[in-house]
Amino acid sequence: MNERRRLFLKGTLAVGTLSVAAGAGLLSPRAVLAAWPEAAFKGKTVEDALKELLGSAGYETSDAINIKAPDIAENGAVVPVTVSSTLKDVTEIAILSSSNPSPLTSAYELGKGTHPYISTRIKMGKTGDVIAVVKSGGKTFGTKKQVKVTIGGCGG
Amino acid sequence: MEEHSVKAKLSAIAAALMVSLSMAFPAAVMASPEDDLKAFREYFKKRFPNVPFEDFVNGVYALDPAAREQWEAIEEFPPYEINIEKGKDLFHKPFKNGKTMASCFPDYKQGIKQNYPYFDTKSGKVKTLELEINECREKNGEKPFPWGKGPIADVSAYLAYLSRGKKIDVKVPNKAAEAEYDKGKHFFYAKRGQLNLACADCHVYYAGYHIRADLLSPALGQVTHFPVYRSKWGGLGTLHRRYSGCNKQVRAKPFPMQGPEYRALEYFHTYMSNGLPINGPGARK
Amino acid sequence: MAKSTIKIRAKEKGGVVTVKMLISHPMETGTRKDKKTGKLIPAHYITEVDAEANGEKKLTAYWSGGISKNPYLSFKYDGKKGDKLKISWQDNQGQSDSLETTVK
Repeated sequence: MNERRRLFLKGTLAVGTLSVAAGAGLLSPRAVLAAWPEAAFKGKTVEDALKELLGSAGYETSDAINIKAPDIAENGAVVPVTVSSTLKDVTEIAILSSSNPSPLTSAYELGKGTHPYISTRIKMGKTGDVIAVVKSGGKTFGTKKQVKVTIGGCGG
Repeated sequence: MEEHSVKAKLSAIAAALMVSLSMAFPAAVMASPEDDLKAFREYFKKRFPNVPFEDFVNGVYALDPAAREQWEAIEEFPPYEINIEKGKDLFHKPFKNGKTMASCFPDYKQGIKQNYPYFDTKSGKVKTLELEINECREKNGEKPFPWGKGPIADVSAYLAYLSRGKKIDVKVPNKAAEAEYDKGKHFFYAKRGQLNLACADCHVYYAGYHIRADLLSPALGQVTHFPVYRSKWGGLGTLHRRYSGCNKQVRAKPFPMQGPEYRALEYFHTYMSNGLPINGPGARK
Repeated sequence: MAKSTIKIRAKEKGGVVTVKMLISHPMETGTRKDKKTGKLIPAHYITEVDAEANGEKKLTAYWSGGISKNPYLSFKYDGKKGDKLKISWQDNQGQSDSLETTVK
């Protein structure tokens, strides 16, 4: 799985060039080691995205994860979503929107002492499920909530 | 198509309401601004008895609790904070001649937005805040900002922010001013566009009703939160940008921003919110 | 002095620091067309946000164009007043920014 975690920079540099540049101190260690999960973000289905990101296409449904999101989104471009969990040892959180062309919106790696809590604003193209998946103790758990996205009358 | 049935329904019912409203206020056209204001407030108080007067500044969020929750999530750290800072920088940035905008708006710290628009007897013009921002730039040898969005909206946002909480106090001091006020009032109640709708149709008679999934906001308290950061725009825009958009939505050709029509409209529209506190800049869908 | 694209609010209460941030960024997906030209607007979105407290990594966020324009992010960690917080981001076009602040 880790083979698929490729560097994601401007795309014009070959991997070899980068490691030389890194060795020469031209790039900060942070930039070289960044592991933006490209394959997961490219996944066209929730299952593909989760498999690429967390190694498992499915998850155990858990009510120890809470998604706060509106029942009807005011505007699909800005949907406030807060994911929180009472599970222990949560190391990663993923937020997906099932109806988006690329369902994975974002993934979070939690450091030491960081709570399983993320609040952000996502884009939803149309009505679908907001899915929150967490990795806790090496296993994946998740839950979902339907959010309706409507067509307004006052567009403008 | 949905729009036509909405249009048909609205114009049929609105026509009936217009008749009954003009019968209720037979002297509506001849009334003074003070009479208009009183009637306006009474109408909305009757229509929305559970909404406290000051809550009208929150528009649809005073009417829809689910939408309000989402809006409050955005207001927790609103995107327009970026614009307020940009506006502050622009306001204090020296012109080529060394002066800043503060030289045109010496009282800016105490909040000035609540006094706009006002009627300038000398020029015979309704002066809006955006108009004076650009007049200030031109007076000091700088190019005016484009109307609608960008730096003009950022500066307006900064000045609105400094006026938060101050009650709108628009004056109609003489006959010439009243003529402009009346122009704005007529604009507000006149039907326009292919959809043949007046501002009043959606925002007075049908305030609180839905068009598809949108709730129509009441005209009372409608201007207090401008300039507005709309999720739809992905950015900040001025009141005249919204007027322009609204006119386009009823399939009417929009008037020029900061032209005489929209300035007169803003004059009437803001007067109707006298006594309500400025809460701009605001966030909306 | 260039203005930061990042705004941070960080408060400690009961041993928990709540960090809220707002970043000025277009977050273009790359699938949107310019209304006037009909051409696709190139993808331009933040790919990573890093949060450190006293030099220790607290959060790495991997983002895509699926996050809203002028993005907002909030997280919590066990910490104290006076913690030195550093937030940095980088995007798919090679741009980046960072800001440091102290927890109140």
